[in-house]
Amino acid sequence: MREVIRLESVKKYYEVRSGLLGSKTLKALDGVTLSVGMRETVSVVGESGCGKSTLGRVSIRLLDVTSGRVLFKGVDISKMKEEELREQSFRKKMQIIFQDPYSSLNPFMRLGEIVAEPLEIHGYGKEEIRESVSRALEDVKLVPPEEFVNRYPHELSGGQRQRVNIARALVLGPEYIVADEPVSMIDASSRAEILLLLKSIRDQRGMGVLYITHDIATARYVSERIAVMYLGEIAETGLTTSVLKTPIHPYTILLLNSVPEPDPNNRRRRRLVIKGEPPSPLNPPSGCKFHTRCPIAMERCRAERPVLREYLPGHFAACHRAEEIISGAVSVA
Amino acid sequence: MSMALSVEGLKVYYNTEKGAVRAVDDVSFDLARGESLAVVGESGSGKSTLGLSLIRALPKNATVVSGRVFIDGEETLSLSLQDFRRRYSWKVISMVFQGAMNSLNPVLKVGDQVAEPLIYSGSADKDEARRRAMDIIEMVGLPREFYHRYPHELSGGMRQRVAIAMSLVMNPKILILDEPTSALDVTIQAQIMNLVKDLMERLGLSVIFITHDLALASDIADRIMVMYGGQIMELGSIERVIGEAPKHPYTEKLLASIPRLRSEGIPEFIPGRPPDLSSPPPGCRFHPRCPYAFDKCKSEEPPLFNVGGGHLSKCWLHGE
Ligand SMILES: Nc1ncnc2c1ncn2[C@@H]1O[C@H](COP(=O)(O)OP(=O)(O)OP(=O)(O)O)[C@@H](O)[C@H]1O
Ligand SMILES: Nc1ncnc2c1ncn2[C@@H]1O[C@H](COP(=O)(O)OP(=O)(O)O)[C@@H](O)[C@H]1O
Ligand code: SF4
Ligand SMILES: [Mg+2]
Ligand SMILES: [Mg+2]
Repeated sequence: MREVIRLESVKKYYEVRSGLLGSKTLKALDGVTLSVGMRETVSVVGESGCGKSTLGRVSIRLLDVTSGRVLFKGVDISKMKEEELREQSFRKKMQIIFQDPYSSLNPFMRLGEIVAEPLEIHGYGKEEIRESVSRALEDVKLVPPEEFVNRYPHELSGGQRQRVNIARALVLGPEYIVADEPVSMIDASSRAEILLLLKSIRDQRGMGVLYITHDIATARYVSERIAVMYLGEIAETGLTTSVLKTPIHPYTILLLNSVPEPDPNNRRRRRLVIKGEPPSPLNPPSGCKFHTRCPIAMERCRAERPVLREYLPGHFAACHRAEEIISGAVSVA
Repeated sequence: MSMALSVEGLKVYYNTEKGAVRAVDDVSFDLARGESLAVVGESGSGKSTLGLSLIRALPKNATVVSGRVFIDGEETLSLSLQDFRRRYSWKVISMVFQGAMNSLNPVLKVGDQVAEPLIYSGSADKDEARRRAMDIIEMVGLPREFYHRYPHELSGGMRQRVAIAMSLVMNPKILILDEPTSALDVTIQAQIMNLVKDLMERLGLSVIFITHDLALASDIADRIMVMYGGQIMELGSIERVIGEAPKHPYTEKLLASIPRLRSEGIPEFIPGRPPDLSSPPPGCRFHPRCPYAFDKCKSEEPPLFNVGGGHLSKCWLHGE
């Protein structure tokens, strides 16, 4: 499969003020390597603050990297100047859909204008704009388009607004889309609609999609691969089926354990949970960053940072005890 | 023995420039002692309005149009607000408000906020109130020293624990929790759910658990009440409604929309959107989105049919 996006050892550090004089380094991304293929969706999951949005933004150069490389179809765009990104059409080819369908649309613009805006900015002609807008609205099932172009955002449900956001991201014909928690603010009854839509559009248009979510259950339906992040690092990554069926990293195992299911047999049963909260990224633990919450941490975990290794076909984890976990010699949950 | 709580024919409307918004429109149910009832529904279905009306804390533009609320057998809507506050608020029935963890007072120590109802009601002096607040803070799983922390020094999950502590400080028998975990990560959500389960057992609470998440509801509740457009669509034991199968088309479709981690099948969605409660559709409020709707559904409102074993469903499919 051809890659559309590849991040290589990407670090994104922020200098944040702490105390009166000092400043500290916040490692939002601490050496992330990840790729997304054409016609592929990769899910990025993890708790809030673990670096998911930063990863998404870095991957389309909405943020600059501190170090490492970002390749779009093999071309390193990580240090490219803004004019060059535009001239070589990288800006058109990479788009993002944000979480909040309510604040992301200008309330005073009609849908037609909202969806057409990116095309106008890029200097397209009238006829072309009309066609692209119609096609995008059809793709997101706001049909017939003529009926929707004159509406205002407040006349739409949350799900419909999010479809407008998707249409807007589609008009420039992107090859890579970052969807940053696109359904977390939408009613449960409409979520599946948006997710299935994203998948069918991806198939039609052959795009690569980075799907960011804190809801690992949704990852199953949209993505071929999954990456589990913890404190700016990838703890585990692999084929979605493999990761969900045979999670290796203790964090993934416990994360999966936390997800409730509509099954009354679990009623009132205490869940085995991850203790405590994620540590501050300003002061991350030594060695394996998960060791402070890991039920099977050993001395080595405190001292030495585990590297991502392939334990099952296409399935990587960064844990010193991965082999014991896989063999069943030690159990996490 | 009387029910912990009984609601009869409750209607609560909001006055707006568009006219009356029928947020709670003829709702009746009971809550037994020690029972947990999950109130489930999408955004705007009237869950919070229902909760707020039970503790007499509705916003100013809301009117209780009709209905009765019995707590321990006594009708409470007809009490003066002053009487209700003196005798019931916090002591008998209390509520963890939706978004409570984000509306703590930023300039007050969290412990003082937990202790406030004790001092305000005159039921404890300062030292006693502080000691009691620390006990509660410990009971919700935080160190006693957290009394002296300020809200901004705490994570979301810790602030939610503080909000729960506040609701419990006067030893209520009935606790309403309004979306207590919806802003939290699943890992922290699981911790809070464990806490709620512990507290229910330890304190023998009767609980109304408001959520938009059917999975969370089945994690905690004995019975489930599914609301849509200000009305009860289905009400029954969790074993019957979720464990066996829902009887109401809305519950059925809502259940089918949940992404499952541990079972096959692709989630479905419900086309359309919830009704505008200032002019709800005639007949069954769900009919514009219901795949089974027939003529009668469009013009006549169905009653809550008893489909067996106290399981209720408001749908014409059950008969005349
Ligand atoms: N203060 C208010 N004034 C006017 N209308 C209101 C007010 N509060 C709520 N409403 C309306 O009443 C209806 C029910 O709202 P309510 O907040 O009870 O729903 P909910 O089920 O708690 O929703 P959510 O899941 O979003 O919290 C909605 O149509 C809402 O827009
Ligand atoms: N502009 C910024 N300045 C400083 N810190 C930031 C900035 N943006 C994000 N962070 C920090 O980087 C970490 C990762 O954030 P983010 O990528 O938004 O996580 P997620 O999307 O997983 O919730 C967090 O600790 C966050 O506070
Ligand atoms: S490396 Fe050690 S601390 Fe980290 S997840 Fe594995 S066992 Fe736990
Ligand atoms: Mg984010
Ligand atoms: Mg509410």
